[in-house]
Amino acid sequence: MKEIAIVDYGMCNLDSVARAVEKCGGLPMTTDDPATISEACGIILPGVGAFADAMDNLAQRALIPLLRRQALERGVPFLGICLGMQLMADRGHEGGETAGLGLIPGEVVRLAADSLETRIPHVGWNQVELLHPSPLFDRIADQTDFYFVHSYHFACPPQFAIARTPYCGGFVSVVGHGRCFGTQFHPEKSLGAGQTLLRNFLELC
Amino acid sequence: MLKIRIIPTLLYKNFGLVKGVGFDSWRRVGSALQSIMVYSLREVDELIFLDIAATGEGREPDYALVDDLADDCFMPLTVGGGIRSVEDVRRLLMVGADKVAINTALLARPELISEVANRFGSQCVVASIDYKANSQGKYEVYGHSGTRATGLDAVALARQVEERGAGEILLTSIERDGTMSGYDIDCLRQVCAAVRIPVIAAGGAGTPAHVLEAITAGHASAIAAASMFHFSEVTPRQVKQHLRDQGVPVRL
Repeated sequence: MKEIAIVDYGMCNLDSVARAVEKCGGLPMTTDDPATISEACGIILPGVGAFADAMDNLAQRALIPLLRRQALERGVPFLGICLGMQLMADRGHEGGETAGLGLIPGEVVRLAADSLETRIPHVGWNQVELLHPSPLFDRIADQTDFYFVHSYHFACPPQFAIARTPYCGGFVSVVGHGRCFGTQFHPEKSLGAGQTLLRNFLELC
Repeated sequence: MLKIRIIPTLLYKNFGLVKGVGFDSWRRVGSALQSIMVYSLREVDELIFLDIAATGEGREPDYALVDDLADDCFMPLTVGGGIRSVEDVRRLLMVGADKVAINTALLARPELISEVANRFGSQCVVASIDYKANSQGKYEVYGHSGTRATGLDAVALARQVEERGAGEILLTSIERDGTMSGYDIDCLRQVCAAVRIPVIAAGGAGTPAHVLEAITAGHASAIAAASMFHFSEVTPRQVKQHLRDQGVPVRL
């Protein structure tokens, strides 16, 4: 079984991600131990909470250079989920301007309501429209609904936008660059479609 | 398009699931784990699990129980009952809750909402507001599972919890609860107009038509229902089919 490091940096919801990885046939290792992360065949960065706090927590555990090295130099498959996806950007603007991991070019900015009816946070099931083919979406139909809960989004150059979601005028809901991927939605909470996506990620590992 | 969510509510008391009328006259309706497994199989949008005895018994949330339930829950799970501190929230999130519903504690200490939102993000804070219409036609908020009047106005409290960083409001009419006579559309409409965060309507659903009304006339982003799913033949899927037939976006 493939060992998947689920990075534990004190931003919770690790249990759901670990259970989903297990259900999809991977061996989840919830950890902040550099040696375990270095040896894993894939890395998942989950997370809920605020961008600045999350980067602080990663820095305190001295994980930033390690995650950059594994993802960028060693090409270890990397999946950021929700806040974890946002942390892959160059910069975030939640809780003050903060440098991110810099795995995929872009910035994390607040969703801007485009009508009086638009409520923020964006909570619930919404469709994911593919812009570029990606192995992450094998056996997943275009326009499939996934579960979102967030107030910020990843703004990036078009070549890194794998999919978009129609809310607040449309935002990038999946980013990808090489073997680094990020989903703004929660695959671990998106029932069958989410598990297919996680299986696709595990196949890359 | 963002879909309207149909959320079964599971109320937990004395080791099993219960459902009452007007927050009283509880009937046992089965086992929590079994219900979660069935709802998982049916791929419902989301679940709300409320431990309604915790505050009354002065207990903290039952973390071991939530841990067990979350193991079979591959959809979003909101957990409430007995939450009094940031530490309680942290422990619930650790064992698999995605969001927490805070009710009595937000009345005693409204700043708890901001503390939790700052630490874990607004998206995981559901402010749960239970109310009854009083003789002046105002919607008065109740705490302690609907047993203690607070003198607070539900619409004003909704604005306040939004300012403090709540990500959603679960708005429950105590008088409609369990009656299956329809949601309280007037209060729902007022609260939805007063805030810009999503509002989940609760209390009174008996038919898919009631759900449609909460969305089209009440402007709810989601609806929660218990009796309709426990005591009638109506399933979440049937409700969604009805909504889709009427042009409301749902996930089927």
